[in-house]
Amino acid sequence: MANTISFRLNGKPVRLRVDGNRKLLWVLRTELELTGTKFGCGHGVCGACAVLVDDRPVRACMAQVASVGGKKVVTIEGLAKDDDLHPLQKAFMEKDALQCGFCTPGMILTAYGLLRSKRKPSRDEIIRGMDGNLCRCGAHTRIVDAIQSAAAEVKQADR
Amino acid sequence: MNANDDLPLDFQENDPTWALQAHPHSRREFLKRLGGGIVIFVGFGGKLAGADARFGQRGVPNDFNAFLRIAEDGRVTCLTGKIEMGQGPITSLVQMLADELDAPYESVDILMGDTDLCPWDMGTWGSRTTRFFGAALRAAAAEARGVLLELASETFRVPVSRLQAKDGVIFDRKNQKKRVTYGTLAKGKPIARHLTVKPELKDVAEFRIMGQPKLRRDSLEKVTGKAKYAADIRLPRMLYASILRPPAHGAKLRHIDRSGARKVAGVTVVEDGNFIAVLHELPDVAQQALGRIKAKFDVPPATVTDENIHEHLIRVAPIGDVAAGGGDLAKGRKLATRTFETTFFDGYVAHAPIETHAALANIEAGKCTVWASTQNPFGARDQIARAIGFPGERVRVITPFVGGGFGGKTGNMQAVEAARLAKAVGRPVQVMRTREEEFFYDTFRPAAIVNIRSGIDDSGRMTLWDYEVLFAGQRGSEHFYNIPHHRTTVRPRGWIGGRGTHPFATGAWRAPANNTNTFARESQIDLMAMAAGADPIEFRLKHLDDPRMIRVLRAAAKHFGWTPAKSPSKRGVGVACGIDAGTYVAAIAEVAVGARTGEVEVRRVLCAQEMGIVINPQGATIQMEGCITMGLGYALSEEVHFKGGQILDTNFKHYEIPRFSRLPKIETVILEANDISPQGGGEPTIIVMGAVIANAIHDATGARVRRMPMTPERVKAAMR
Ligand code: FES
Ligand code: FES
Repeated sequence: MANTISFRLNGKPVRLRVDGNRKLLWVLRTELELTGTKFGCGHGVCGACAVLVDDRPVRACMAQVASVGGKKVVTIEGLAKDDDLHPLQKAFMEKDALQCGFCTPGMILTAYGLLRSKRKPSRDEIIRGMDGNLCRCGAHTRIVDAIQSAAAEVKQADR
Repeated sequence: MNANDDLPLDFQENDPTWALQAHPHSRREFLKRLGGGIVIFVGFGGKLAGADARFGQRGVPNDFNAFLRIAEDGRVTCLTGKIEMGQGPITSLVQMLADELDAPYESVDILMGDTDLCPWDMGTWGSRTTRFFGAALRAAAAEARGVLLELASETFRVPVSRLQAKDGVIFDRKNQKKRVTYGTLAKGKPIARHLTVKPELKDVAEFRIMGQPKLRRDSLEKVTGKAKYAADIRLPRMLYASILRPPAHGAKLRHIDRSGARKVAGVTVVEDGNFIAVLHELPDVAQQALGRIKAKFDVPPATVTDENIHEHLIRVAPIGDVAAGGGDLAKGRKLATRTFETTFFDGYVAHAPIETHAALANIEAGKCTVWASTQNPFGARDQIARAIGFPGERVRVITPFVGGGFGGKTGNMQAVEAARLAKAVGRPVQVMRTREEEFFYDTFRPAAIVNIRSGIDDSGRMTLWDYEVLFAGQRGSEHFYNIPHHRTTVRPRGWIGGRGTHPFATGAWRAPANNTNTFARESQIDLMAMAAGADPIEFRLKHLDDPRMIRVLRAAAKHFGWTPAKSPSKRGVGVACGIDAGTYVAAIAEVAVGARTGEVEVRRVLCAQEMGIVINPQGATIQMEGCITMGLGYALSEEVHFKGGQILDTNFKHYEIPRFSRLPKIETVILEANDISPQGGGEPTIIVMGAVIANAIHDATGARVRRMPMTPERVKAAMR
């Protein structure tokens, strides 16, 4: 059953004819070829597929594509403004907060949501806020450091 | 070299043919493809790395294993069959190459894991990349530098001794205006050298790039979503496959009704015996359509479960081999005034990389190209060739970034499936495992049992050590303490039991065997230290001769701020040490244990490590942190539950890998040891995590947990 769904994706309008019940993850990765959003579990328990919907992190493997109609969707590919990396992206690079990098897009976008709801989170708040995101390589301590150091920057940049 | 480090991997034993069928390209063929420039081949034969010569003995041509090319624009490219799955060779290999070549770090590119462009490589595992491959690569770079110096000497008519190479430029020391770049020297000269003799390698004091902490080279791609993993490759007309899987290992398909799937528009069903796949242009639609296939399986009755598996394993264990020994056990027993008999248990553990196995296969003009998440692209190439009846040279495996492997991405089943399906439908086909399939087909770290009988005399000296390990494997089983009468028996040496051992596949898991062995050994040592009324670190030091081990233990104690006390001191601190891949590790942990819940909170882990010369201190530190974090899982929560061949843990809801909230304060110390060649770094630290936590739990509570993972129930039971 195809529906027409329009939303803003990484700053640009898109109009799709798709079955609105399908999960956002697969539409992003397949029709829209935005493969930075990763599949890790398919049940909302790993966070690899996190994207921003109206600036809030959402698990794309659980969200129906119809649910983003009329909204603003940002994937990891759209986080940098032109070539200007987001402070979180810079901090992840500077702190080496990744190994295999497979969890990284979801980590960064979840952290983005965390910093929006809490401008200067404590270490404990970061740990609590990120607890639903899994990393098998054990980059956790550096991810926490990166989020902390990005927090200061984000405040300045006000994003 | 310690034999432990280099046990042949069991999956090769299972399938010895793949190693024999490797067919590296001839040098001439490579040169044709490359065009101009200077090319240096790196061989593993001869004097360079005795460790790898054995692959030659196995019948694999060891002509060359990597090469580097200096192009006319001065860029240096290293081509290697190694792959990048997070451990960072993409950075450390470049450091080694650039430094020995005296080329700018930024001028070096690395191309990994493409079977058409890179020479044959066994695979990326066993912490071998830096230790063995790195040594050969450095030699090749040094050789290349020698070639460049000779060319410059011809150009300037100046003896080589008067020339100096720096940052990709060679100049005459007496007349600095005489200078030429590597690129200019490489111009129009197809020069090929095959490294045969060992060139002079730089001394640590001469390092400019090695030994420097370097950030990852691939992080920009990874933070922007540009990094491509196998499932991210897109081709026109490609289809996504979902494959019918049995509910349990050993189950037989009895009846199938595919009409439901066929009704879904755009679906293709491929059937080849019991291999049944549903293909569609959209992956989620393929998955849904698969759900409409009604299949009935005969599931063999479950006899073993995670509850009774150890009894079963004890029953079927082979006699085994004595891996080490000395003195006379009877004498050791006589000398002992107190003996201790303990049995330790370990469960099955999953690799659980966040990236599930994926592959995309495309057959065009008689050539099959497969992008695969794999730790051994050349093994994959040969398996695919066999499966689809292509000669090896008509199969190309390309390894994009791999989203974690830890020993689990060596089977290549998904790559073979994708190739079979691409052949069947004549279109590109992607196979990406669901998380459930990933757990089901994982080659788990085997459940294991360790029996130890040991003894001390009146003065608190160990006199007896009789150690027997069932099914974990040999690596790390041999103790390093000064015990006069001892024996180590391995039943068997590898980590794959024979038929009828495990109800599913088992295999190498980050620092295979050593996690289990270190847990058992270091727990038993602690138990004796307590009986002797000694501080556990002092007790260990009293029985150590090996200066490297003494040094890491002392360093750990110093940096932790250890104050000697008899265990259990109620402080909740514990120690453990071990050796893996040539690297020495000592760790101290602090835990708090919930008296009523048995819940273990690890508060602090300090780890001191000596790994010889350190190529990338930043990368090495990150691997230590990663190992400490990952090791919390097998120590505390990770265990695969099953009923016969049915895997009950199929997602992260049930199978608990370490999360942020488990994070202790992590401290790492790397000791300088520039007189020792570089040793392994991706695995060693993980081996101490079970033991260090067990010993800290004991120190906190007086309870000895003998089974991993140390779940709250087990800790509670031990406290009772
Ligand atoms: S794939 Fe969506 S949460 Fe894991
Ligand atoms: S960096 Fe590999 S899963 Fe997080």
